[in-house]
Amino acid sequence: MSQDPTVRVERWTLQSRISILAAAIILAILATGPFFFGNNAIDKLTTLFIYVILAVTWNALAGYGGLVSVGQQAFFGLGAYAAVRLADAGLNVYVSLVLAAVIIAAVSLPISSFMLRLRGGEFAIGMWVVAELCHLLVNLDSLVQGETGTSLIALNAYDADTRHALNYWVALGSMTAILVILFVLLRSRIGSAIQAIRDNEEAAASLGVRVMGTKRIIYVFAAFGAALAGALWLSTAITFQPKTYFGVQWTAYMIFMVLVGGLGTFEGAILGALIFFLIETWFGGSGVWYLIGLGATALVFSLFVPRGIWGWLERRFGLGLLPLGYRILGVPSATRMQTPDDGGIGAAPSVGTP
Amino acid sequence: MSEAKGKPIITVSGLHKRFRALVVLDGIDFSMRADEAVGIVGPNGAGKTTFLSVLVGAHPPTSGTIDLLGEDVTHVSASERCRRGIVRTHQIPRPFGGMTVFENVFVAAANGGGFPRDEGYERALDSLRLCGMFHLCNRRAETLGLLDRKRLELARALATNPKLLLLDEIGGGLTDGEANELVATIRELRRRDIAIVWIEHIVHILLEVADRLVCMDQGRIIADGDPATVMKTPAVVEAYLGGSAE
Repeated sequence: MSQDPTVRVERWTLQSRISILAAAIILAILATGPFFFGNNAIDKLTTLFIYVILAVTWNALAGYGGLVSVGQQAFFGLGAYAAVRLADAGLNVYVSLVLAAVIIAAVSLPISSFMLRLRGGEFAIGMWVVAELCHLLVNLDSLVQGETGTSLIALNAYDADTRHALNYWVALGSMTAILVILFVLLRSRIGSAIQAIRDNEEAAASLGVRVMGTKRIIYVFAAFGAALAGALWLSTAITFQPKTYFGVQWTAYMIFMVLVGGLGTFEGAILGALIFFLIETWFGGSGVWYLIGLGATALVFSLFVPRGIWGWLERRFGLGLLPLGYRILGVPSATRMQTPDDGGIGAAPSVGTP
Repeated sequence: MSEAKGKPIITVSGLHKRFRALVVLDGIDFSMRADEAVGIVGPNGAGKTTFLSVLVGAHPPTSGTIDLLGEDVTHVSASERCRRGIVRTHQIPRPFGGMTVFENVFVAAANGGGFPRDEGYERALDSLRLCGMFHLCNRRAETLGLLDRKRLELARALATNPKLLLLDEIGGGLTDGEANELVATIRELRRRDIAIVWIEHIVHILLEVADRLVCMDQGRIIADGDPATVMKTPAVVEAYLGGSAE
């Protein structure tokens, strides 16, 4: 079979190079935030960064790995708890935040051994059970004093302005690191392997994909992200009450962000976090109606825009700012008549953009 | 090369598979050389597909052993067996729907084939060309019709660089023209020194490729040998053709 020099595998497009550059510029501008914004705005943005971490890691797990978990608050809570413990042991607060996430990622490894044997709904609910169990165990710690909780007192070592700025930078740095690692991970062989497992586990195994090992990488990474988010949340909230951190609402938020933004699209999860952040900023004070609004929005999206906003944009306009897939250039396109079920009337010529 | 060809590529002894009370494989002994193309026929429920599933490791056998290339793989995982050179296609295609056709095949090349990046690309594209799917590279697999899904099964399997390819009714539901095209592709695979086991109901296309025929019935091999002889065996005529010759 002779090689055709015009056939190439494309992974970066001009559009995606520009997007990466633009993202780098936005992040660089954001890094100067504490010099220009007040503490209130700084705190708001810190919250946004945490939401992005939650959304993209849950999307990696559910959207790319097909591992729908409603128990990620287990790791969110454990991350905050580990940070409290490390800081209490005398470690620098900000080192504690990051180290806590690393430790909880390590803890998630043995948990993955039995959780990943479960499928679909069993896995989803099983994770919730794990979260409740973690909650109960953390309550037993005398430092936490049950539901009374405790505080990250060590933060008092910093004056208010420094603290807000440091929280912001650590959150921004964490978000950037998570995004970069995830982007590289999902573009690698692991990324295509995990999607194959998502679409058909038995077929993936029969083609040589190491199912358990691949799932475990994604699971541990998602646990790391949730734990990091929990520890960062602690740095802004200061108080640690187990009920707040181990609450299922965290997973509900993640699901909302990813469903609205676009399940299984890299850009969609980020967009979803931004949308959730804006909704919360504008309507968060409306109490019960805010929660009803969130629920209704999620429902409308899952019924009418199942691919989420980004998924829809991607198909409609052939957008691909941060493409993870492979596109073959130099493919003859005239022979498509053999295949009638091509996506209906007016299907964009860009069908197949990953 | 000819010396290697003479050795058995796979040897199965005393293979049993039970699903609770249901006996699906009832003592299979089977061996084939690397230069053979074996056809498997038999009535529905004979255990043909289960036989393939047990060979590739999708289901563990209840008892018995499987030797692949001289090593006991009875307790080796499905993914590892694929990496060692045995791969199957599925009777009901199982595409990775959310991925493109190229990505489907590249996953197979990168994992089962263990190819590094550029060789993996080349391998995947080569497999797609061989199966007449190159023009569909960038299509999402979930948008493919049945024929293309079947071709994709074959292209993915080939991308793993197999030594032994197991085909499960890949010709089912195809028109004569499509089936002939398929026979040509499979003949090409034989030229590439891939051993083939092919389950098929459409006996005449099977006989164009197979140089040995196995007939299964009720979890057992009831005839095994030269295709023409096997088709005339009274037990085969009885079991497979329901007692009346064509």
